[in-house]
Amino acid sequence: MRKTHSAALAAGALLLALASTTAQAGKTLDAVKARGTVKCGVTNGVAGFSAPDTQGNWSGLDVDTCRAIAAAVLGDAKKAEFVPLNSQQRFAALQAGEVDILTRNTTWNLTRDASLGLNFTTINYYDGQGFLVPKKIKVTSAKQLKGATICTQAGTTNEKNVAEWSKAQGIPVKTVVFESFEASFKAFFSGRCQAFTTDTSALAGLRNKEAPNPDDYIILPELISKEPLAPAVKRGDDEWFAIVKWVPNALIEAEELGITQANIDKLRTDSKDPAQQRLIGTGDDLGKLLGLDKDWSYHSIKAVGNHGEMFERNVGPKSALQLPRGVNNLWSKGGLLYAMPVR
Amino acid sequence: VKAVVRVPAALWALLAFAAVAIALWLLRALPGVAGLWAWLAAQFGFLQQPAGFGIAEGWLAFDSADSYARAFAAGLVNTVRAAVPAAVLAVVLGTLLGIGRLTSHLLVRALCTAYVETLRNVPLLVQLLMLYFALTHLLPDSTEPVQLLPGWWLSKGGLSLPWPVREDGAFWPSRLDWPEPTAFNVIGGAALSPEYLTIVLGLGLYTAAFVAEIVRAGIGSVSSGQKLAAQALGMQPGQQLRLVVLPQALRVIVPALTNQLLSLVKNSSLAVAVGYPELVSVANTSLNSTGRAFECIAIVMAVYLVLSLSISAAMNMYNARVALRGWR
Repeated sequence: MRKTHSAALAAGALLLALASTTAQAGKTLDAVKARGTVKCGVTNGVAGFSAPDTQGNWSGLDVDTCRAIAAAVLGDAKKAEFVPLNSQQRFAALQAGEVDILTRNTTWNLTRDASLGLNFTTINYYDGQGFLVPKKIKVTSAKQLKGATICTQAGTTNEKNVAEWSKAQGIPVKTVVFESFEASFKAFFSGRCQAFTTDTSALAGLRNKEAPNPDDYIILPELISKEPLAPAVKRGDDEWFAIVKWVPNALIEAEELGITQANIDKLRTDSKDPAQQRLIGTGDDLGKLLGLDKDWSYHSIKAVGNHGEMFERNVGPKSALQLPRGVNNLWSKGGLLYAMPVR
Repeated sequence: VKAVVRVPAALWALLAFAAVAIALWLLRALPGVAGLWAWLAAQFGFLQQPAGFGIAEGWLAFDSADSYARAFAAGLVNTVRAAVPAAVLAVVLGTLLGIGRLTSHLLVRALCTAYVETLRNVPLLVQLLMLYFALTHLLPDSTEPVQLLPGWWLSKGGLSLPWPVREDGAFWPSRLDWPEPTAFNVIGGAALSPEYLTIVLGLGLYTAAFVAEIVRAGIGSVSSGQKLAAQALGMQPGQQLRLVVLPQALRVIVPALTNQLLSLVKNSSLAVAVGYPELVSVANTSLNSTGRAFECIAIVMAVYLVLSLSISAAMNMYNARVALRGWR
């Protein structure tokens, strides 16, 4: 009796194991493969995250996240297709299936997670909301903004944060909101407002790329909110959710393990480290579990580099934004990035 | 001949909407209807939650702790606040321009023609953005406002002017509130922001070009014999226009003018591009923070529909008064 019981258990476990090794391909993955491109919702132009150059080539951290996923799924980073969305369109476009992924510097919060029919995946940038002010108004702290007019974009968490902050701190301010990001910062640089507020990363981009003279503007030291930015997918397709969750994890783990765009091909022949081998496609086949090729993470890293390289290129010291790594460093270096183990 | 007073179609539509709404309310206990109300309550219940964002200006005081419903109301009030002065500007200026295009004075005629052809052939959104960036670039900084008249301050923060205010408990305004420049902005009195000035001027000037053409066509439709007859009776040019030409021209003008006023109200939704917090702007923000896209757009549609039908009904009643009697 006891024996048959354990035999049944073993058979059940085997069945389960079999079922789990041949993962069901989700409907989004099938659609992406049939179409031959991954469609990502991006901004109309936020430097460092997603912005087109004069030739229409997109670049940025969000853009690279999308390319990494396209490389993992279709083996080619060029098969990422970018759909510019304003902040009001973004959730509707994802819900309607117009884009497969929203990589549009979108803050992860409870309301959005619980009520918009989407799932956030892996945070690719830890941001916080701040203020950009012209030096000539002689303000060095956000507490001195009493009575100021502040420009920002409509339909963002920024708009609500500033209202909440103003109330909590007892600093009355007036907000002027514009439908497009561009109109809102243009109004600020024309002098309509004494301050501009959005995520600090975007402020740095504005100051360095859009200001008539960057030295005339400073970013105030206070951060008034937490803005964890993460890609999001539509609810109801767990297989696709898993892919979009694990590709960024693989890029972070690649940085932890010292795998770079430059050395990955050499490691592919030389590496004896099983952890590295799993990421470069010479170890256990983890891609199969996600419904992808064995080389999924190899293609991603080869296309965009590890997370640190993506950061350097788009927002770090080598970019126009020159943002410090700060909390966006690896956990082992005092930051918040901690990859779930790819194994 | 007895004048036949007809109820305009727009009024019927409004009455029909109201009747359906009242009927649904009276029958709310019926199982099917109760389900509908429960569904509506579930869908639109978010309107009672605190909005959490601010509205920069307007007649209806709004605080971020107020509900979404009040935010929509404040947005609607702001739409009316922009559309009414713009409509007055459009009708007055448009009438003058229309008459100007028919005068024998070459320079006046050329100027009016140039105005009409320029304004009506450039998209309104482009004009609004041009006007807005011109205003915010050219005006002096709000930290250094210029005083136009005593108490009238102009800067990038807008135009501030003295405004009568009531003391607590008083019914009539008893004193003037004088604007004062402070560290960042001019505070006090009535403040007309650059966003507000842009939408009122932009909408008014643009629609005036169309109104001018309507007025010109209306006057043109009165046969020249009428004017000659008025001259023969010894009327002055002003009298000819006022007593003979305009009353007949209005029959042609009013229905076409109704269309323009409807367009004007709907075009006010473009204010969202220049940062004026009207209905669509409020709806966009609400839509984003609640994710209730369908509900917010439905509210905007319903509000514009009711607003447009009301204008249409009012204009049709006015039209019935100026239309030729006994021809129906």
